Amino acid sequence: MNRVNAIRESVRDRIFLGLIYIFLFCVLAVVIYPLIFILSSSFSSPQAVVSGRVWLWPVDISLMGYKVIFSNPAILTGYINSFIYTVLGVMINIVMTVAIAYPLSKSTFVGRNAIMMILVFTILFSGGLIPTYLTVKAAGILDTRWAMVLPGALAVFQVIVARTFFQSTIPKELGEAAELDGCSDIGFLWRVVLPLSKAILAVLILFYAVGNWNAYFDALIYLKSPELYPLQIILRNILILNSIDASSLVDANQMAARQGLRDLLKFSLIVVATVPILCIYPFVQKFFVQGIMIGSIKG
Amino acid sequence: MVGKMKTSVMDARGKYKRSGLPSARRKWKGIKRHWQLYLLIIAPMAYIVIFKYIPMYGAQIAFRDYSVIKGFTGSEFVGLKHFQSFFQSPNFWLLIKNTLGISLYSLAVGFPAPIILALALNEIKSMKFKKTVQTVTFAPFFISTVVMVSMIIIFLSPRLGFVDYIVRGLGFDSINFMGTPGYFKSIYVFSNVWQGIGYGAVIYLAALAGINPELYEAAKVDGASRLQKIRHVDLPGIAPAAIILLILSVGQIMNIGFEKIYLMQNPLNVSTSEVISTYVYKMGLLGANFSFSSAVDLFNSVINLILLITVNSIAKRISESSLW
Repeated sequence: MNRVNAIRESVRDRIFLGLIYIFLFCVLAVVIYPLIFILSSSFSSPQAVVSGRVWLWPVDISLMGYKVIFSNPAILTGYINSFIYTVLGVMINIVMTVAIAYPLSKSTFVGRNAIMMILVFTILFSGGLIPTYLTVKAAGILDTRWAMVLPGALAVFQVIVARTFFQSTIPKELGEAAELDGCSDIGFLWRVVLPLSKAILAVLILFYAVGNWNAYFDALIYLKSPELYPLQIILRNILILNSIDASSLVDANQMAARQGLRDLLKFSLIVVATVPILCIYPFVQKFFVQGIMIGSIKG
Repeated sequence: MVGKMKTSVMDARGKYKRSGLPSARRKWKGIKRHWQLYLLIIAPMAYIVIFKYIPMYGAQIAFRDYSVIKGFTGSEFVGLKHFQSFFQSPNFWLLIKNTLGISLYSLAVGFPAPIILALALNEIKSMKFKKTVQTVTFAPFFISTVVMVSMIIIFLSPRLGFVDYIVRGLGFDSINFMGTPGYFKSIYVFSNVWQGIGYGAVIYLAALAGINPELYEAAKVDGASRLQKIRHVDLPGIAPAAIILLILSVGQIMNIGFEKIYLMQNPLNVSTSEVISTYVYKMGLLGANFSFSSAVDLFNSVINLILLITVNSIAKRISESSLW
């Protein structure tokens, strides 16, 4: 009797497990299909894309879309600008984050709790869009490259993550020993703490890099000059507002061909804009998970 | 009382007691010895003051008629004029309705989704499959808002997108999804789930990995089925993390991100897609009504702050998890 029960239970469990596998396969398919569709379309011919013949693999493989992208000066400028903003932005972000997170991780730091409160309050409450815009304007950096890196120079959430990391992984005795040896605080931070904190630095670099590369809002409100536009703004103009200089579409004189190329371009642009940041993902996946976890310890 | 306790703790550390310095002087000595640490925080603190606290101070233009020449404090004080005109404007209830509607919908779908994914992933034994699902579902996190919205528009467009083929394949007429106000919320919410589910699941998977294995052993001995095990071991295990995340999202309920909504907006769907943040942007920066839109923004920020504090204190009372 008992045994029959046990077997029946396990049959039910097995069905349940089967349902879970089916569910996860569905999730997998739903997430991956749009990505494959974009990728395949970007490598197809304009005619195939427009007539809807692409549904899984590329049809009439061609690199037309990519050729057009890399011959368009606006897109290239955007690419270079985004690269500059990301590299410069991340450098500023990391220096600023470490510079405040490390002192705050020291229990002897005078005013530590008060400063933490000042920081955390900025998460809970903000002055709002217009006063921030007016402040940036008053600082004289409107429509300059600095407007892309200074207003977001520091993310308080990342400061908390970094501080928690320093607190939990750098042994106190290490700092005391260094002090006895006459090592200065900055020397200790540079020579001992940072080499021990590669994991958290990787996490910070990644989160900040993704944020900087993908940002469009700051550019939208602070930048006026097209030559300063980052890639995301150019993407918005082409992909969402549908405005592209038709004369830049080479080899396309007829209306239909031009429309086809315009559509194909969208797919190629999506790939070109996403691949640089997606490339680093496999290398740092484990750090990412770790970083989210550190952040959650003391959210 | 608290101060007394602090001194007695300090006294207990022999080192301080022997030096016999009063606390203020001891502090000053500590600052002098570690002056470099105080030097380090100057730049970050300057950033916080300039780009966070000066705008907070500037938020007072909500109570003034801002003029560029007179600045934050010099402009004429008008009291609650801008708040009143916002409350009385025909847009007020529409904005509140849209903002709350999208938020609550997001919360109802977006909050449980990563939990379900994490629980499902936690059940399967095959590490390879688990890893694949995790890696793939995490990937959309890297897609920018601009690209995400472009993808949505392409997929739903009658000419290029596969969604339309499916709709027509099922025998329906093709639907102008982006131009139909009734679809806006669903498109917004489910595309968010698509993009965020893998990222959201990470935290729950870690919480599940941290559950004491003895609890599973005990459940096995008691003859618990998989579902019962999820109900009585897994769910209590992830509850603290879930409560924290719930508090955070409820505190943000009036604070829908501007970026995605603004990009998804078009003249046809604006009746359901206009929310407070997009309205502030349009009135303020595009329409140059600085004071009026600051008032709208400030109203919104204050509501958010109150919500967050309320939810946090409720969470504190009914469970052990809270933000502070």
